[in-house]
Amino acid sequence: MTTEPIDLTLLEPVLQRYHGRRRDALLPLLHEAQAVYGWLPETVQEAVSKTLRVPLADIHGVIEFYTMFYNRPMARTVVRICEDVACQLAGCEAIHKAVSEKLGLQHGEMSEDGAIAYERVPCLGMCEHAPNALYGDKPAGDLTVTAVDDFLAGTYPEPAAKIYGEPKLKLFRVGQMDPLSLDDYLAHEGYVGLQNAMQHTPEEIIQWMDASNILGRGGAMFPVGNKWKFTRAAPGTPAQKHIIANCDESEPGTFKDRGLMEEDPFSLVEAMTLAAYVVGAENGWIFIRGEYPRSHKRLLNAVEKARAAGYLGKNILGRAGFHFDIEVRLGAGAYICGEETALFEAIEGKRGFPRIKPPFPTTHGLFHQPTAINNVETLVAALAVARIGWEAWAAYGTDDSKGTKWFCLSGHVNRPGLYELPFGVTVRELIEMGGGVKDGRAIQAVLVGGAAGRFLSPAELDYPLTYASSRNHAFPIGSGVVMVIDDQTDMRHTLYHLAHFFAHESCGKCFPCQIGTQRQMEILHHINHNGGPQPGDKERLLDVGFTMTETSLCGLGQTAAAAIVSAINLWPELVE
Amino acid sequence: MSETITLKIDGREITVPQGTTILDAAAQLGIEIPVICYHPHLTANGLCRVCSVDVGWRVQAAACVTQCANGMNVETHSEDVCRGRRTILEMLAATVELAEAPEILALLQEYEADESRFAAGERRTAPIHDDNPFYIRDYNQCINCWRCVQVCAEDAQYTFALSFDGRGFHTQIGTFMNKGMTDTTCVFCGQCVGVCPTGALKPKRQLLLEQGWDPDSIFEATRRKRKKT
Ligand SMILES: Cc1cc2nc3c(=O)[nH]c(=O)nc-3n(C[C@H](O)[C@H](O)[C@H](O)COP(=O)(O)O)c2cc1C
Ligand code: SF4
Ligand code: SF4
Ligand code: FES
Repeated sequence: MTTEPIDLTLLEPVLQRYHGRRRDALLPLLHEAQAVYGWLPETVQEAVSKTLRVPLADIHGVIEFYTMFYNRPMARTVVRICEDVACQLAGCEAIHKAVSEKLGLQHGEMSEDGAIAYERVPCLGMCEHAPNALYGDKPAGDLTVTAVDDFLAGTYPEPAAKIYGEPKLKLFRVGQMDPLSLDDYLAHEGYVGLQNAMQHTPEEIIQWMDASNILGRGGAMFPVGNKWKFTRAAPGTPAQKHIIANCDESEPGTFKDRGLMEEDPFSLVEAMTLAAYVVGAENGWIFIRGEYPRSHKRLLNAVEKARAAGYLGKNILGRAGFHFDIEVRLGAGAYICGEETALFEAIEGKRGFPRIKPPFPTTHGLFHQPTAINNVETLVAALAVARIGWEAWAAYGTDDSKGTKWFCLSGHVNRPGLYELPFGVTVRELIEMGGGVKDGRAIQAVLVGGAAGRFLSPAELDYPLTYASSRNHAFPIGSGVVMVIDDQTDMRHTLYHLAHFFAHESCGKCFPCQIGTQRQMEILHHINHNGGPQPGDKERLLDVGFTMTETSLCGLGQTAAAAIVSAINLWPELVE
Repeated sequence: MSETITLKIDGREITVPQGTTILDAAAQLGIEIPVICYHPHLTANGLCRVCSVDVGWRVQAAACVTQCANGMNVETHSEDVCRGRRTILEMLAATVELAEAPEILALLQEYEADESRFAAGERRTAPIHDDNPFYIRDYNQCINCWRCVQVCAEDAQYTFALSFDGRGFHTQIGTFMNKGMTDTTCVFCGQCVGVCPTGALKPKRQLLLEQGWDPDSIFEATRRKRKKT
C-alpha cells in the first residue's frame, strides 16, 4: 500500500464553503472530504472539527457508525457486492468467489496499489437484478461468473429498469420520458397535480387524502392525511416546519422507491411541494441511502432544474408567500437511518441512533421542529390523487385498500421487477404475472413484507394483498416485498442471512436488539454450519425473538425476529 | 399546569402529576421495577430495557422513559415481562464480565437467569486501556450504558472526550482515533468513573490497591507518570 502524504490545501476550497455552518453539515462535508482523499485521515477530521465546531470524539463516532466512511486508507474504487437474501437465492456466492479470486482480496481489503477494494455488503436495493453489485458509483445487475472480468474493468452495462403492471397511476411516465429533462416532465403532465391542488385549500386536500385512504408505504401504515393534518396543526411557522422524503430504502427485498427516483425523479420533487403546500412548510429534505448513486444524481438534477425554473424557491407557481426548497442529503451505509428519528439524527450530523417516541415527528421531528416525513411511494400516491382526483383513484383497489400499490417481486421468478397493481391482487396472481417460478419449480415459501416481514407457506398464496387481508392473515404489506423461494432452497441458509442482516444493521443503542440480533445470528449460524440444531436452540431463538420484539427501542429490533419466528412456526423442524 | 394522571399499577390505583414516569409512579407505591442503565441524575435513554413493563400496548414500554397516562393498566411483573428481563440478563451475562457489577448480579439471581444459556456466543472483548495516571478503562466489563459519555458531554462536563466505536453488538466506548485519555480533551474530572455501574472505569489507585500495592508505591508510580505527561 502506498501512503500518500495528506495535503490539507486540497481541502481548503471545500472547507471555505462550509465556514459558518454547523453540525448538521457534517455528513455532507465528510462526503466531500472523502471524495478528495478517498478516506478520512486524522488531520482531515481535525480540520472538519474546527470548521463545523464539532468535538473530535463525535466526528470519530459518526465515521465509525456509517460503513461508507473510512478512517483508514481506502481505495478510490470500492467494489460492493450484495450478500443478502435475494442475491443469495440468485447464487451470489459464486460472484463473491470469482471477484475475490480475481482481485486476490478478501472482504474489506484493498489492493497493494490502493486502486480497488472489495466488500460484501447488505442488500443494495436492486433485488430485481440479483445478483447485483456496485463498481464504485456504477450499478451492475444479473451478474454471472463470466461477466466478472467486464464488471471489474468497469465496462459491464448498467441495468435497465424492470417496471411492469397496470394501471400505472404513479409510474406512468416510466419509459415515456427522459428522467433528466424538466421539459419532458412538463410535457407529461408534470405539475398538473400541484396546480390542481393549489386551487383548493390545504384542508380540502387533506380530505382528499382521507377519502383516498392512503396509508404510509414505508411500513408503519400511518394515514398520510392525518400526518399532514397534525404537522399543519403543530405550533410553528412554515420556516420552522419540514417535509422529508424518506429515500433510504434499505429493507432487504425492497427496490420500489429506486424505480421512481431513477425513472421519474421530478415527480418526487413535485409531490414534496404538494406536501409543503398542505402542511405549510418551507424546508424540504431528501435523505437518500449512500448505495443509490444513480438515484442520487438524478434527484440532484431534478431539484436543481426545478429550482432554476422557479418550481422551488419563493412564491411557487406565482402564489405569493408559498416558499419551499429542497436539500438533498446522502446517507453513508446504515439501514437504521430509514427509521424516521434515526434519519433526523443523521441529517443533524450524528450517529443514526433512533430517538424515544413520543414525542412524535409531527411535533418534534428534525431539529425538534414539526416534520412530516413520508416514504417516496406515499408522496407520489398523494400526488397521483391530486392529479386524477380521489374518485378516480378510489376506482381501483378494494373498499379498505384503495388505489394502487408497488410490489417488489424478486427471488425465484421468471420476471422479477417492480409491479404497480391495484390492491387486491393475490400473491399467486402476482407470481403468475411475474412469469411463474423459475425453471418450473415448486414454491417452498414466499417472504412478504421484507426481512422484517413473514413467510407464507404454499397453502397461503391465495391471500389477497390488501390491508384487511394483511390483518386477517397476520402478514405485513410493509414495503411490498414478495420474494419467492423455490423448493430446492435450504431455508436454514435463508434464515441465517436474514439474521445476519439485522446483526449487521442493529445500531447498538438498546440491549435487546444490540445483543439479541447477534445471538440470533450465532444460533442460526451454527445450525447451518455445525450439523443442525442442538437441544435448546429453538427455545433460545424464541426467547430472543420474543424479547427483541417486545422490549426493543425501535422498529428494527421489534421486527428483527419476525420472519425467523414465522418460519419456526411454519416449519419447526428447521430448528428442532 | 398541575394536571394529574390516574392509573393502575399492578392493580393498585395511583394519581401522579402529568409527566411522571411509570418508574417513579411505581416507586411511590413501593413497587420496584429493575433498572440497569437508568441513573436519577442523568438523561434517561431507555437503553437496557430491563425496566420494560406491560401497559397494554402493541409491545412493552420502558418504565424509565414512558410517562403515565390516564387509565393505564401497568403490569410490572407479569410472566411476559419477566421472560423479557430474564432473556436480556442472560444475553448480557454472555457478553461482558459482570463480576464487579453487584446490582446486575443480584438481578441475574432474582430473575433466575441462566448465565450459561448463550455462553457459546461471542463475548465483547477489548484490551485494558491503562493510559493515564488516574483511571483505567476495562471495556470487557462495559455494558454500554452511556453514562460516562453523557457526563463527559451535555449531562455535566461539556468536555466531549468520549464517543463510540463500531455499531450494533460491536459498539464500544471510544475516543478520537482511539487515543489515550491524555491525548484527548479529557480534564480528568473523574465524573465518568463515578457513574460507571460496573468495574469498567476504575480509579487507578483502587486497581493497584486491589492488586496488593501499598499506598506509598502507588503514590510514587502515579506521580511519576503525572509528571511525564
Ligand atoms: C429500521 C427501519 C427502517 C426503515 N426504513 C425505511 C425506509 O427505508 N424508507 C421508508 O420510507 N421508511 C422506512 N421506515 C419507516 C419510517 O420510520 C417511517 O415510518 C416512514 O418513513 C414514514 O413514511 P410513511 O408514513 O409515508 O410510510 C423504516 C423503519 C424502521 C424501523
Ligand atoms: S432496536 Fe436495534 S436498531 Fe433500534 S434502537 Fe435498539 S439497538 Fe438500535
Ligand atoms: S464504561 Fe461504564 S459508564 Fe461507560 S458505558 Fe461502559 S459501563 Fe457505562
Ligand atoms: S432502566 Fe429503563 S431502559 Fe434501562
